[in-house]
Amino acid sequence: MRVSVRYWIAAIAASALFGCGPSEPQSSGGAAQVRRLTEEQYRQVIADLFGKDIKIAGHFDPLNRTDGLLEIGASRAAITSSAFEQYDLIARQVAAQVIDEDHRNVLVPCSPASETAPDPACAREFFAKIGPLLYRRPVEARTLDKLVAVAGDSAQSVANFYTGLASGLAGMLETPEFLFVADYTEPDPNHPGQRRLDAYSRASRLSFLLWNTMPDAALLKVARDGDLNSKRGLKRQVDRMLASPRLAAGVRAFFADMLGFDTFDTLAKDPIIYPAFVQSVADDAQEQTLRTITDLLIARKGDYRDLFTTRETVMGGPLGLLYDVPVTKPDGWAPYTFSDDDPRAGIITQLSFVVLHSHPGRSSATLRGKAVREIFLCQKVPDPPGNVNFSLVQDTKNPNYKTARQRLTAHRSAATCAGCHKIMDPIGLALENFDGAGQYRTVENDTPIDASGEVDGVKFQGAAELGKVLHDNPAATSCLVNRLYGYATGRPPVQGEKDWMKYLQAGFAENGYRVSDLLRLIATSDAFYEIAPASGAQSASEPSPTGARS
Amino acid sequence: MIEALSRRGILRGMLGGSAVTVGLPLLDCFLNGNGTALASGAPLPVRFGTWFWGLGHTPGRALKIKDGTDYEFLVNCAALAPFKSQINFFTNFNTPTDGEPNIPHDTGHFAGLAGNCPSAYGDIPSPTFDVLISDAIGQASRFRSLEVTASGNPRDSLSARGTGNFNAAEASPFKFYTRLFGPDFADPNKADFKPDPRVMVRQSVLSAVKDEASSFASGLGSADKARMDEYFTSVRQMEQQLNLQMQKPAPAEACKIPASPGENTQIGTEIFTAINTHKIMTQLLVMAVACNQTKVFNMSFSASASQYRKPGDSATNHTLTHEEPVDAALGYQPISDWFATRSMESMATFVDAFAQVREGDGTLLDNCMIFAHTDTNYARLHALDGIPMMSVGKAGGRIKAGLHIAGNGDPVSRVGLTMMQVMGLAVDQWGTRSLKTSKPITEIVA
Repeated sequence: MRVSVRYWIAAIAASALFGCGPSEPQSSGGAAQVRRLTEEQYRQVIADLFGKDIKIAGHFDPLNRTDGLLEIGASRAAITSSAFEQYDLIARQVAAQVIDEDHRNVLVPCSPASETAPDPACAREFFAKIGPLLYRRPVEARTLDKLVAVAGDSAQSVANFYTGLASGLAGMLETPEFLFVADYTEPDPNHPGQRRLDAYSRASRLSFLLWNTMPDAALLKVARDGDLNSKRGLKRQVDRMLASPRLAAGVRAFFADMLGFDTFDTLAKDPIIYPAFVQSVADDAQEQTLRTITDLLIARKGDYRDLFTTRETVMGGPLGLLYDVPVTKPDGWAPYTFSDDDPRAGIITQLSFVVLHSHPGRSSATLRGKAVREIFLCQKVPDPPGNVNFSLVQDTKNPNYKTARQRLTAHRSAATCAGCHKIMDPIGLALENFDGAGQYRTVENDTPIDASGEVDGVKFQGAAELGKVLHDNPAATSCLVNRLYGYATGRPPVQGEKDWMKYLQAGFAENGYRVSDLLRLIATSDAFYEIAPASGAQSASEPSPTGARS
Repeated sequence: MIEALSRRGILRGMLGGSAVTVGLPLLDCFLNGNGTALASGAPLPVRFGTWFWGLGHTPGRALKIKDGTDYEFLVNCAALAPFKSQINFFTNFNTPTDGEPNIPHDTGHFAGLAGNCPSAYGDIPSPTFDVLISDAIGQASRFRSLEVTASGNPRDSLSARGTGNFNAAEASPFKFYTRLFGPDFADPNKADFKPDPRVMVRQSVLSAVKDEASSFASGLGSADKARMDEYFTSVRQMEQQLNLQMQKPAPAEACKIPASPGENTQIGTEIFTAINTHKIMTQLLVMAVACNQTKVFNMSFSASASQYRKPGDSATNHTLTHEEPVDAALGYQPISDWFATRSMESMATFVDAFAQVREGDGTLLDNCMIFAHTDTNYARLHALDGIPMMSVGKAGGRIKAGLHIAGNGDPVSRVGLTMMQVMGLAVDQWGTRSLKTSKPITEIVA
């Protein structure tokens, strides 16, 4: 309750500010980051640069979810020997396709004098074209010289110009400049003593946030010309990027991360208990939710909170069987609206949520309640104590405790368990009408399911009402702001950004909780590009990755 | 004809040039008189591995301690009985947490592996000791180490240099096979060898990559520098792989390229699927070791909070350990116990696969030291003290085996320290806070 009051005071205060021309509060910025490209980003960059038909067959080392996001885990991820091995394999595979006979005429901007000998001029032209896009900044002359030399040596060894090009390209794809997105900093002329991202790192931040890929040539050009450091130039680019259809990729990437969709990779359901749940269902369940999100938030510029209540979604493929609804377009996606009396409303009633937060052979009110708290409200549920006894929780054959509610109530009678279950179970129990495969049910072990629940003192009946409660919970919107900013910067917000975060939250409210406006507010701010001075900082005239040498 | 060959003569021929043709695989003539060393004088390599299973044993159903250092396997471990002479069983070693929380299914194994207790999920405060061993002995191999899991989840690896820096596990048998025995594999027993000029090209590319990386690393802060150090280590490892590809590999007596498991091998968390995956992965791994592709390996049979389940059963092994009632007549949780026994049967499969490979006058197992460990003593209560641990193999004669070692409440890190010393690391003290120890378990050192 105190959170809520604080929030509204801040919102009202900020609203007044916005009304008379809001000014962005000073922010300390956070530490500079060096983020490993995510698998999705890697794939997107290759597709954008060389075309979607370039195949990437190989696996990427998983990232550790940190502070709720893989993108923050990417700021701490290293490249182990086995990971590098995979990068090497993929790099050679990509490079071989780029120069093969199907692609070279389009992707190589020149023809060599001889296909069986080095051609330094043509090689230079090729690397000069792709280098800035792969490295997301100009390629230094000495680097270009090296690439040309590598291509020449290679071409000489195997008497093939294109193989030489492929060697140089594969090498580029294995460098840290490509595999890590580093924050390069420079002194901030507007805040003496502070650092800010240089123009190219600004471009990368913008591009990975909004499009989940590298900056395009236009953005790099603006960075080179210095326009990205001006308010006007920055705003022009942000407007362009927000208007682009590529925004959907950025929004999808953020929500896929926030919703923990990476765990679908290893999701298992028992085929005997849930025969209708096959791999294509898992894939389509994610797609359905991501389409619901982009449709509401981007196409219709809707209110973020409506994600918890919307009855509009899409339906396709094998999902109809689990939702028990007719599918009008079995091989694609068609809009679908759940009726007003349908128990499903909002993304937490969609398969992607209830299935992901269940056991392989049964639902889990606790896992679902925990997920709602942690994913949507940013409230960390403590881990269970080391010596907890779960015997009563889900002995589904116990004649005294036939439903999950009865079993959890018995389990909560233990004092050590009560505290945490009290904040998880009343949420998850409201979703008990959906089994471990997301199918609707009204009974468990022949006993009617009671789907009433309670969140922070607000009582409700059933999943649809739970959505309404979350819709009105201020923690849901402040959580989104925190997550999005953490995703954008690759780190959790720091103490020196407290006022800035309040400002963002108020701005989000002021703009009707529209995510595209929140993205604009972040992307056009000073705070987003501010970097806290590193301890032991020293001055340097040349930009360098991270603030350590700043 | 074989008898007529001179060891020295053949070796001289092999070492004389980078492109050579040798007409014979590794034969006894390559070994010294007693079969414990190569004719060059170099001893047979000693390999180190770990084998992990989640959720421990059922108390009282794994081991019966006899007089002195003798012991007997009970129901959970019955499948290990044929290998008792190769197994040391460590009991009653403790895990003091020094005020850190007992993070269920995390603290137990990381304390033993890293000599340090994590403070939160995902926290790996120190390198696991398999990484330290691979730093010492793994660099001259094609793979510094190999991490494998039967669970289908690449995250089920416990090998890590630190937080955010873990060695992801191979989860697909087909991908693992391709990585090991695909186009980059050089058969050590193949008669003909011709270096591939494309490998030289790749060496030149990597050299350029390294130069670029140095420039990039120069501007980083200390935490990021450590990540770049790992990157450089990885590049060097790749260079090592390429260097090896340019040389005729030393013959390996027991190396036999296995058949590909096929792209469609089923993986998953249904227990019998996982057991089958483990068996396939084990066969591939054993051949990777026998073919000298690595000296360090880590196999995770399951996750620590194992998600394995019986077909058609709604509960996983992990949830069962907490939720299954203790049978009043039996005095234990029968289904959880069933899973513990299946885990040990798979461990026996693993051990047997190494024991089946002849090497010198013994077996591959004789030349390995495998650390078998788990995350809890009694999973129902996440008990940390007395977590069962075993060493398997004789480390090339460096250790005695078949013994029960009572820890008497000493820190679990003594086991890790001992294993590092046995593997030749110059380390006389290891661990942090109450896990710091300088007392190796001398009873097992030969």
